[in-house]
Amino acid sequence: MSRPLLQASGLSMRFGGLLAVNGVGLTVNEKQVVSMIGPNGAGKTTVFNCLTGFYKPTAGTILLDGEPIQGLAGHEIARKGVVRTFQNVRLFKEMTAVENLLVAQHRHLNTNFLSGLFKTPSYRKSEREAMEYAEHWLEAVNLKEFANRPAGTLAYGQQRRLEIARCMMTRPRILMLDEPAAGLNPKETEDLKALIGLLRNDHNVTVLLIEHDMKLVMSISDHIVVINQGTPLADGTPEQIRDNPDVIKAYLGEA
Amino acid sequence: MTRNLKSALFSAVLVLLVAYPILGLKLDIVGVNLAVVGASTNTVLVIFGAALLMFLRVLYNEQISAMWRSRPQKQLVSSRASNFMTLPSTQRWFLGAIIIVALVWPFFGSRGAVDIATLILIYVMLGLGLNIVVGLAGLLDLGYVGFYAVGAYTYALLQHYYGFGFWICLPLAGLASATFGFLLGFPVLRLRGDYLAIVTLGFGEIIRLFLRNLTDLTGGPNGISNIEKPTLFGLTFERKAAEGMQTFHEYFGLEYNSVNKVIFLYLVALLLALAALFVINRLLRMPIGRAWEALREDEIACRALGLNPTIIKLSAFTLGAAFAGFAGSFFAARQGLITPESFTFLESAIILAIVVLGGMGSQLGVILAAVVMILLPELLREFSEYRMLGFGALMVLMMIWRPQGFLPMQRPVMKLKGER
Repeated sequence: MSRPLLQASGLSMRFGGLLAVNGVGLTVNEKQVVSMIGPNGAGKTTVFNCLTGFYKPTAGTILLDGEPIQGLAGHEIARKGVVRTFQNVRLFKEMTAVENLLVAQHRHLNTNFLSGLFKTPSYRKSEREAMEYAEHWLEAVNLKEFANRPAGTLAYGQQRRLEIARCMMTRPRILMLDEPAAGLNPKETEDLKALIGLLRNDHNVTVLLIEHDMKLVMSISDHIVVINQGTPLADGTPEQIRDNPDVIKAYLGEA
Repeated sequence: MTRNLKSALFSAVLVLLVAYPILGLKLDIVGVNLAVVGASTNTVLVIFGAALLMFLRVLYNEQISAMWRSRPQKQLVSSRASNFMTLPSTQRWFLGAIIIVALVWPFFGSRGAVDIATLILIYVMLGLGLNIVVGLAGLLDLGYVGFYAVGAYTYALLQHYYGFGFWICLPLAGLASATFGFLLGFPVLRLRGDYLAIVTLGFGEIIRLFLRNLTDLTGGPNGISNIEKPTLFGLTFERKAAEGMQTFHEYFGLEYNSVNKVIFLYLVALLLALAALFVINRLLRMPIGRAWEALREDEIACRALGLNPTIIKLSAFTLGAAFAGFAGSFFAARQGLITPESFTFLESAIILAIVVLGGMGSQLGVILAAVVMILLPELLREFSEYRMLGFGALMVLMMIWRPQGFLPMQRPVMKLKGER
């Protein structure tokens, strides 16, 4: 049994009179793929926003490797290795694919003003390494030939892949994907599945994802968390979830 | 057809309504009183002619545009030429050529021309600085002139009260402006777009009003005069040197010639503008430059990737302001006299126009636009009343034909390994 990397408990988020998330808890173990599912409007993305610091949760604790991270700003949590994608693709559209990847490495680069001004050897080295790393991942997501194309001109599926590659640039420990398969065709979904497998097996990345494509969820998840109307409904392995009467009821409505 | 007729009539009446009071009526002194008199018949005829033209233009709008379309598609600037013009390599060659020409011509040019060129260079510096904030970081700053004023007054005050020289004050002025940029950056960090524009606009005005009302310190509306010009390693270009100084012409045993001073100022401006160009060019390709652009594109994505938007915005504001400070202190040195009225909102608008006209983010574009924006009013001196009309027309035409600016920015192409 691997140890828990991300643990949230009693997570609540209130917007005025609306309790969007109520007492959600989840545990993501290292090198696991955990999926969060639930009907539309269940509060999945709100949970994501709380976990990544885009919202400050009203109540509850979030532990990353035992360290509390709730209430930190988004970029601070990202720096601790929790990196996410968005439901709608959020690439830097005017910038080229490779520039998108370079921006994401900002924190690992030599950003000293003077060394950049005079192109010192250490600056050149850091830029070269960044380029090599970006290139490596462009190849991994099969986008190398589009390296110098503005990201906004890529096809939708390519943009999705580029976004995942961009997240990988930050050397994340846990990657949170918000509906990565939305709008992809079956072939692209298969590729995505392979990519997520690659991330976990070869790059030691833990993945937490929100997804509606049940075939994908059931085939790659180690663990599934079901949320309904902001409250946790069920929690277990894919087999357990498949047979859980409450889950079926929530999805299909009462018979 | 009736709708066309209606809008055509409306347009024609609008032309009459706008043009007649402005051009068709004149104030004249009759005895001791002012009287309104009509303009000459010719002017009135021209106004009616314009209204008629407008009427026909709108009435036959569809036919005219159909005619335009039926002509073989020929762009104003062919797309290939435009692409070639904006390629980084071409721009580099262009820049090289421009620099060489800029270094050589003042020795052959007329005094007035060199003087105007110096002014253009000041605006190039300002345009390049504002380009960081507006073009790259995407933060609309309408109070840029405030930083320019801070730079100018820093030098003027230090010179006036403590007798500091230009070269010491230049970095100090940059530092002072950068500090102001940093301080302004804090409260406006949460704002974007229109709100940011309004707050920065207010900031620019506050600085100007402060300078005007702080009479004891800044001399109020009279400003500060007798500001020293820069020296060449302690050699002044005046006819007579102050105590303990030497003049340029005596040192080199030349005849005194006031043109030397003008050329020297021009060369200093050129040096500063080139330094700004070099630094900003590097900044663009540094991680911070990429981060600025990323912030302009998508702030939320930046945060999700661990980039701190606060620091990135502040650095853009601070660095942009620093360049305005350099430009300001040089401006003070060149003019020898500064008043708060040199730093009105109109200046901000001109600098912003330079950035937009040139093409956001494009450096060669900014230089070209600065030349056009400053040279045009100088050439149109005789038509001084219609200068603003010319500006407006230029802006409208640009927005129709080339909304991306003269020379829009092109993305740098990154060579990957294993490619030719």
